[in-house]
Amino acid sequence: MNIAVLSGKGGTGKTFVSVNLAAAAAGSRYLDCDVEEPNGRLFFKPVITKQETVCVKVPVVDHVQCTGCRRCVDFCRFNALAYISGQVLVFTQLCHSCGGCPLVCPTGAISEEDKVIGTVEMGKSEDTTVVTGIMDPGEESGVAIIDQVLRHASNKSTEATIIDCPPGSSCTVMEGIKDADYCLLVAEPTLLSVHNLGMVWELVKTFNKPFGVVINKAVDNVHVVEDFCATHNINVLAKIPFDFKLADFCAKGLIACREDPAYLELFSGLLRCIVEEAQHETTANN
Amino acid sequence: MKQLLIISGKGGTGKTTVASAFIHLTAADAFADCDVDAPNLHLVLPLTGEPQDADYYGMDKAHIDPEQCINCGCCKEHCRFDAISMIDEHSEVNLYRCEGCGVCELVCPVDAVTMQKDVTGQLKLYKAHYLFSTAQLRMGYGVSGKLVAAVKKQLLDEAVGFEKGKSGQGLGIDPIDLAIIDGSPGIGCPVIASLSGVDLALIVAEPSVSGISDLERITATAAIFDVPMAVCVNKADLDPERTEQIKAFCGEQRIAFVGMIPFDQTVTEAVNSQKSIVEYQSPAAAAVREVWRNIMELLGINY
Amino acid sequence: MKIAIPVVDNSEHTTISSAFGRAPYFLIYDTNTGEKHFVENQVARSSEGGAGVVAGQLIVDSGVKAVLTPQCGANAASVITAAGIKIYKTEGDSVKDAVAQFQAGKLAALKDIHKGFHHRGGI
Repeated sequence: MNIAVLSGKGGTGKTFVSVNLAAAAAGSRYLDCDVEEPNGRLFFKPVITKQETVCVKVPVVDHVQCTGCRRCVDFCRFNALAYISGQVLVFTQLCHSCGGCPLVCPTGAISEEDKVIGTVEMGKSEDTTVVTGIMDPGEESGVAIIDQVLRHASNKSTEATIIDCPPGSSCTVMEGIKDADYCLLVAEPTLLSVHNLGMVWELVKTFNKPFGVVINKAVDNVHVVEDFCATHNINVLAKIPFDFKLADFCAKGLIACREDPAYLELFSGLLRCIVEEAQHETTANN
Repeated sequence: MKQLLIISGKGGTGKTTVASAFIHLTAADAFADCDVDAPNLHLVLPLTGEPQDADYYGMDKAHIDPEQCINCGCCKEHCRFDAISMIDEHSEVNLYRCEGCGVCELVCPVDAVTMQKDVTGQLKLYKAHYLFSTAQLRMGYGVSGKLVAAVKKQLLDEAVGFEKGKSGQGLGIDPIDLAIIDGSPGIGCPVIASLSGVDLALIVAEPSVSGISDLERITATAAIFDVPMAVCVNKADLDPERTEQIKAFCGEQRIAFVGMIPFDQTVTEAVNSQKSIVEYQSPAAAAVREVWRNIMELLGINY
Repeated sequence: MKIAIPVVDNSEHTTISSAFGRAPYFLIYDTNTGEKHFVENQVARSSEGGAGVVAGQLIVDSGVKAVLTPQCGANAASVITAAGIKIYKTEGDSVKDAVAQFQAGKLAALKDIHKGFHHRGGI
């Protein structure tokens, strides 16, 4: 079963929750889709077993066959092509790999070649399989990398795959959600976080996926997240209390539930809760 | 007018807290929130009045006319973005996935596809005794770098008007000397767009394993674009060792190190009261003031 | 010799635009005949990205031999220089001064080609 972990705002503890959920589950997979800032590996410190490069297609022009008709230049809506001194110039960083220019070329002068935009690393950390998507600096879109990471999701219903989604509510987040069985929304008790929780909630609702909220850095006297969830009838699955010890684990790159049995219990409980919720939803929908 | 950009790599390091404090301390006339995926700055600023809204159009997107479509699957076969699904009698475009390349329009045998204007988000401009430019991306829409550029352009265009005293509201007789821009998280398209043309990028770093990794990536990105940088560490006392590591990294990279902000619960209290941290007397407030003084010195602005 | 200058509008007293790729117009001036006309940079300005490439193509297609501009992005510069067109750096926003300095051979080649900011709005 695939669990997508989301948060509208960075820094609420999305990676913390994802990593600990994966570490608490036996034989789980952890998929880091936050390809711009893939930080889960810093906690898991996996032994890398395999690396794949992620490539996109960019055009190459055969200047002998090119007749200079400029149809490719006119067609490209991303302005990635120019025709100068009898040659087509390709600006690969502007190219979206749509494959249009080879189609419009009347002489077959345009073919495509691979351009590397990032890497997917596979590794093991105890019995957790860690898959990390890493976008090369200066690249603009990580969607192709996220897609390649998601191909490593387990298709067995008994194995938990935890998908650490990118922050925010843009299209890259939707990539992570679309194959999930359950969406876990991480929030912290600040008004900023509640505002962003509202945005992610809107997004998750459109996918018709079962979802619930976990409150991180919970403190006794502030109930902004609970209030929001109560108003909108959203299930709060767990509260992780504010704890200096956790900040310390995080800073040192340690995984709380591997260090402290109390946290192992907390995250195992959260996982059971998610599995039950997801099954309940499935039964209800059938 | 100088432009100061505040960025962080990953979110949640306190970027918005620092930005709102700077806006408060500078009594800034011009500021922007470039975090268009999850704009937050407006939640912590005492804004007055309603913003002017304007539709922001991104790339044209494909539309399939169900009357003309013969459901041949040609567009679906050629779409590299998996944006077309065949339903019942005709095909349909998933606008979230469509990147507007126009290939489907090209290959459609019956001309059922047209490229149409598409609203990607809302540009918002608050005009009072200050200018505040922000935006909200439509839910699920990506490549927000273009909207980020528009947010900055809106601020800079308006600020030029202010400089020349053209605003017609009796405002801005003095030229605006500083624009403060709350940047986008990450290192991708939005942050690249927010880096354009800035005089200084202040990076708010966190002393943790991931914080250092983020810092290295963001400085690599900023360096590609030749933007001068300064670094401050937030929640510095949570890990003094890594704070020292960040300091050393800045030394090696010849990046200005402008201060350490301690962990302080007052920050959360300030946020939940919609106030700036510098409206409180607290260790974090004092440290943010120090960072601010150092940045103003680097920018050559006297306050 | 025909030269191109990015300008803010198409009026008689227009000034040099600080943006190149997204400049509203280019002034095309023939230093031999004194003839001049404006080319609208509309496509580049309304483009989501790659404005420099489109603007560069426009310049190349206009048949000029030199470009006078305060700055220029990498994409635009690659297109322009690939066509053998020289880029000179202007100071100040006066078109008249820039042309005079160019004709007097006082303009230096533009060296600082910035790396470009994709989707940059420009001012």
